[in-house]
Amino acid sequence: MALTGVEIFKLLPKTNCKKCGFPTCLAFAMKLAQRQASLDLCPDVSEEAKQKLGEASAPPVRPITFGVGNKAIKMGEETVLFRHDKKFVNPCAFALEIKDSLSDDEIITRVEEILNSEIERVGQKLRVDAIALINDSNDAARLEAAAKLIVAKAHEMPLIICASSPQAAEASLRLYADKKPIICGANSENAELMADIAKTYNAILGITATASGGLDEISNITEKVKALGVTDMVIDPGARKAKEILEQNTLIRRAAIKKNFKPLGYPIITFAQREDGLKEALIAAIGIAKYSSIIVLSSIEKWKNLALFTLRQNIYTDPQVPMQVEQKIYKLGEPTSESPLLITTNFSLTYFIVSGEIENSKVPGYLAVMDCEGLSVLTAWAAGKFTASKIAQFIKESGVENEIKHRELIIPGYVAILSGAIEDKLEGWKITVGPREANGIPAFLKSRAA
Amino acid sequence: MAFTPPKETYTGKVYTLEIGVPPDTVRFGGENVLPLHGFEGIVPSRPVIAYEIQDIPPDDWPDTVKKPFKDVSDDPVSWAKFCRDALKARAIALRLIGTHPDRENRSPEDAAKTVRDILSAIDVPLIILGSNHTEKDASVLIAAAEAAKDKNCIIGKAQEANYKTVAAAAMANNHKLIAMSELDINLSKQLNILITQMGFDKERIITDPMCSALGYGIEYTYSVMERIRLAALLQNDATMQQPMLGDIGMYVWKAKETQARPEDVPPWGSLEERGIAWEAVTAIALIIAGAELLVMRHPKAIEAVEKVVDELI
Ligand code: SF4
Repeated sequence: MALTGVEIFKLLPKTNCKKCGFPTCLAFAMKLAQRQASLDLCPDVSEEAKQKLGEASAPPVRPITFGVGNKAIKMGEETVLFRHDKKFVNPCAFALEIKDSLSDDEIITRVEEILNSEIERVGQKLRVDAIALINDSNDAARLEAAAKLIVAKAHEMPLIICASSPQAAEASLRLYADKKPIICGANSENAELMADIAKTYNAILGITATASGGLDEISNITEKVKALGVTDMVIDPGARKAKEILEQNTLIRRAAIKKNFKPLGYPIITFAQREDGLKEALIAAIGIAKYSSIIVLSSIEKWKNLALFTLRQNIYTDPQVPMQVEQKIYKLGEPTSESPLLITTNFSLTYFIVSGEIENSKVPGYLAVMDCEGLSVLTAWAAGKFTASKIAQFIKESGVENEIKHRELIIPGYVAILSGAIEDKLEGWKITVGPREANGIPAFLKSRAA
Repeated sequence: MAFTPPKETYTGKVYTLEIGVPPDTVRFGGENVLPLHGFEGIVPSRPVIAYEIQDIPPDDWPDTVKKPFKDVSDDPVSWAKFCRDALKARAIALRLIGTHPDRENRSPEDAAKTVRDILSAIDVPLIILGSNHTEKDASVLIAAAEAAKDKNCIIGKAQEANYKTVAAAAMANNHKLIAMSELDINLSKQLNILITQMGFDKERIITDPMCSALGYGIEYTYSVMERIRLAALLQNDATMQQPMLGDIGMYVWKAKETQARPEDVPPWGSLEERGIAWEAVTAIALIIAGAELLVMRHPKAIEAVEKVVDELI
């Protein structure tokens, strides 16, 4: 359980010396309880208090960095169960499984596929983040050979090694000693040996339960491993069916966040592999929405990547960012003084869709986005916020008249009814009725440009 | 350390809705836990996916989703029959898009005839949707609701601008009603209250918090749905306990990801699979957020979602 401010206060020196930057120890304790200050600000705190408080004030899901360098992946640090409460922190990573039973050529092809998976979407570079090397052959030498192939081809790519035999794991792990890999397969039988290896090679340890053991067993293993000196772990609760994934992930995240239950306060790894690529995408989608930190896939077709990258991006956006965009004249492409001028409202979805379609048309243009308190075109019109006089006033004050030579404004088809009234109020302007739906914009702009 | 599963205690419950005429009925809603949290309560029904058809040929649908219906979509009755018989649709959503003034501006009488034709040709739970032109919908949905009298359909969508007429039409003809507002939990709540104040039974309403597609604001719909469910179940807010609709197809198949050819955007891969995945992923995300009724288009997307729902129940 998280400590309350008063409980924390009891552990502080109570001298009110202000060295922490707060007027009193109590004030500092309150900030600590709200996770808005960090304990190291107090220079006089006792070792005992440090230990107790450190435990309690650590983030509920342990922050762990998987891999090193440019492609390192941050995991954990989550503080909420629902994204509307606060932004989800570290987007889940996608890992492609590579079985060591594949031929060398097949392994190299898959590695190349991962290296080429990067795409850009609304300004972010998105890609498959990691490799999960599976000891399908059950042969330590083969696992090592496969790891060698991978490290030669993609030495920066974070690697998960899935092997239940510590001996098999060790040889391949040696190749990744300075790369913070994950070694997945510690269970109640081999936990000591696995913990030893993880310590030696500075690896993150993946904890797995037997079919019947469930989260109780996982908790026992993480505690045991922690006592052995390994602090960075990921949890594989053993769930493979959609229902179990939803259940286990929810219980793990809830225990960590609501109960501050440390034995489950680690990132979750979900094995979503399915024969059917579309079904696999849907299982992965459940993991994205519900708390997986790593999702292992069996194939990474481009269409699948695009859908999963997009969902991850959407779920991990900041819900606090308002649904409105700034009122102004947006330039799309590189418009000239002859380029078309379109107008719409400042509801962010409307803006995304309309600006996307204008870009889609490859015809550079200006998009006048008018402040309608974040309402869509039809609603804004119905609410009297997207009216002829307001549009005329906005266009006049926007300064767009200095940027373009022509005097033509394209209005959304849904408000065709406004065209006459706007012409009356905007002297010298011609109003053109555009398409009703944004997806008609490319054809509309292209035909005019032709 | 011993682990006690941190189960949630819920005080509320989502209403159960049944549509159609026996024996051809479907049910949804009824759970007393967050979406598909069967491990801590009751989830009596699976989400219902309705196949979307329309009163005029789907000229504005992208090829990927036009193709599966190409032999039947000239006629709403054969289209509906195909969905029911060949695709085993559990429900059908008829969108009267042809009534929109900017489309074919078909009359309320035309709409009523389409509804009658479908209902006399097949027995299927039917959802009747207007063209989302609030003014025109008011008259179209009156006629359509009458034509479907006592068939226990869903009529939609009632919005702030037309709810009185649409709700009255649904009530007079014994239908259920979709209440739609735009991505705001308070607007949803307020509309439900206004409709129930007219004497409309709160257990016959379906909430549509407004859908959005993957990549185009799905996170807004997702979070409004999660918040509505939390209010319904944890705060026992009786004005938020209606099942929710995800009207997915029309938003998904407008996204450029479902239309752009691979030649034009090579990193996006196969167009057909991309479009299907776009619809299926949107649907699964909203099912996880709490949608119990979905309107979708592509048979392969629906099939994949149904299979994953099999696993979730
Ligand atoms: S620095 Fe430590 S002892 Fe001094 S006021 Fe702050 S909490 Fe109290």
